[in-house]
Amino acid sequence: MTPYVVLSSILFTIGCVGVLTRRNAIVVFMCVELMLNASNLALVAFSKQHGDLEGQITAFFVMVVAAAEVVVGLAIIMTIFRTRRSASVDDASLLKY
Amino acid sequence: MFVLAEGAAPLVHPSSADGVFSLLWLVIALPLLGAVILLVGGPLAKGRLDRHGHLIGVALPVLSFVVSLVLFIALLGRSSDDRQVGQHLYTWFEAGGLKVGADLLYDPLSALFLLLITGVGSLIHIYSVGYMEHDPRRRRFFGYLNLFVAAMLTLVLAANYLGVFLGWEGVGLASYLLIGFWQYKHSAAAAAKKAFILNRVGDIGLSLGVGLFFVTFGTTDFTTISANADRVSEGTMTALGLLLLLAACGKSAQVPLQSWLLDAMEGPTPVSALIHAATMVTAGVYLIVRSNFVFDYAPHARTAVVVVATVTLLWGAIIGCAKDDIKKVLAGSTMSQIGYMMLAAGIGPAGYPFAIFHLLNHGFFKADMFLGAGSVMHAMDDDVDMRHYGLLRKAMPITFVTFSMGYLAIIGFPGFSGFWSKDKIIEAALTQNWFVGVLAMIGAGITGFYMSRLMFMTFFSKKRWADGVHPHESPAVMTIPLIVLGALSVLGGLMLAGDWIVDFLDPVVGTTPEESPPIPALAISVIVVLIVAVGVAVAWYFFQRQDVPREAPYDVSFATRAARAELYGNEINDVLAVQPGGQLVHGLTLFDRHGVDAVVEGTALGAVGTGSVVRLAQTGYVRSYALSLLAGAVLVVVALLAVNLA
Repeated sequence: MTPYVVLSSILFTIGCVGVLTRRNAIVVFMCVELMLNASNLALVAFSKQHGDLEGQITAFFVMVVAAAEVVVGLAIIMTIFRTRRSASVDDASLLKY
Repeated sequence: MFVLAEGAAPLVHPSSADGVFSLLWLVIALPLLGAVILLVGGPLAKGRLDRHGHLIGVALPVLSFVVSLVLFIALLGRSSDDRQVGQHLYTWFEAGGLKVGADLLYDPLSALFLLLITGVGSLIHIYSVGYMEHDPRRRRFFGYLNLFVAAMLTLVLAANYLGVFLGWEGVGLASYLLIGFWQYKHSAAAAAKKAFILNRVGDIGLSLGVGLFFVTFGTTDFTTISANADRVSEGTMTALGLLLLLAACGKSAQVPLQSWLLDAMEGPTPVSALIHAATMVTAGVYLIVRSNFVFDYAPHARTAVVVVATVTLLWGAIIGCAKDDIKKVLAGSTMSQIGYMMLAAGIGPAGYPFAIFHLLNHGFFKADMFLGAGSVMHAMDDDVDMRHYGLLRKAMPITFVTFSMGYLAIIGFPGFSGFWSKDKIIEAALTQNWFVGVLAMIGAGITGFYMSRLMFMTFFSKKRWADGVHPHESPAVMTIPLIVLGALSVLGGLMLAGDWIVDFLDPVVGTTPEESPPIPALAISVIVVLIVAVGVAVAWYFFQRQDVPREAPYDVSFATRAARAELYGNEINDVLAVQPGGQLVHGLTLFDRHGVDAVVEGTALGAVGTGSVVRLAQTGYVRSYALSLLAGAVLVVVALLAVNLA
């Protein structure tokens, strides 16, 4: 049981640090996916431990939402790249005070 | 000062209108129809009413007079205890236990008023045909005149106080429209507003009075109120009396609400005649005489009426002494004469008939003199300054003779109408209170002075005409009303023959108690005539024997300056009402601006300030948002752990 949770924590932390430190939108996006999958792993592990299916069902929901998010997110990143010739999230900072 | 009136107040018990009396509503409807046709139909008739509308405007009040005359004759045919006729037209409104009918009451009091209003009113209408001949808005003028007459007729025919109030407001509206008829003149527009506002102050009294009648009696019908008047506490009756007095002060231009009357001279002269003789200012006297069942049980209110009346009769007379504007002298005299009527009304049952008697006589001679003054102004190219007149008796003989009739009547020359009525009032005043009586006598002397001054300066003395002015007699359409009114001024006294008017009004105002004045009535008459003669002699000395300068002298005594300034009535209003009102408004504006607005705007400013600081967190960098998101999540987790572990 513990190794799954530890792995999940490591993956989540990697994703989290990636989101905070990387500038490339694609990488940030992949790190977000990594965090989602880390949480999926934890959900499935706890589901297995408790012996009911709720965690696994939730994991499926997360996957569906993540898939939808990829569609929208990648489209946005594509559009930003086309207009600005850059995928840096720091460059896309016009919407501010 | 006054004792409670002897016996109960007279009951009002009208019989229902049948036969010829069912025509009663026509008296109001005819002039009202004229007003509607002339005011509403004017634009539809494509100018035809502009050319001929005045004929309708004259014909309908005359018809109304004919109906009034027929009704009056029919009333005389009845026995004296059956002379009250009520006509129920329809239910005006009904709300819960409250039911107000559009009811009319025709009794000796309203009968006399009907004749005065429609009779003198019609003569003024006829005169106006000549006077307003060249005015481009003559149709509108006649429409307003008809409205004025209709409103006044509503006032005197209504059988309940709410109906009176309706007419009261109508009179106020019509007077506003007519005083400001030449509204392109700033002074006329201002005078109209002044009259309207001062009348509003009086209207507060009447509307509160109507409310108090509803609360006390559950109705405003004269019949019910007079029947139950003895069951109400004296305090309530005094309050009612004082409220009605306030109302009367506004409409009848009594001190302290007198200052609009002289400014109201800005209207066309026939309007002044209508306001001063047939309608408007007589409404206050009517109200008090009609409410005799209230005042009989409110001796303190009657004292207040007498005080107000005595002050006013001297106030108006003093103003009349110093004015050079012929219409303003007459306006001052109206104020003073209405003071006499109010004095008589305040005396109670011993005075009511004489108040009405003087009111009728005054209606004749004041209409006569105002129309005469209009005729003079017509001849002098609308100059109103008497210092520019002089020796007009040769140029305008008819105007001079008819004006003289009015003049002799108002100063109380023996045999003329004013002599009989003023004498009776002074007699009644002396009987009640010698001090008031003596003041009324002095007032009569001052009347003799200022009216003689007007007479000498206008018709006698020497020519002081401006260059190019050629006085001429007015056309017949103007002189014939003058002749009729002049004759009435002479003959008005006949109403007292055999105490006719006293007996006639008996069913309305109660039996006039037989009281003997402290000195014989004949002696009083002689004394009054002597006092008046002194006044006339003084006027003769200053304005006939000496030359009158064309310009008013400046180095005059304080008394003259005060009288020219209308005894500082406007200044008193200014200090007591206008300035405090202005300061109150100023204070409220300041509070609104610096109190209310400060809170509202302060809140908004605070939100803006907070926002300008907080918005700096929106840097536009996604990763900084992510960091704050993480920090928030960590904070939540830490908080949960802390709660769970504790």
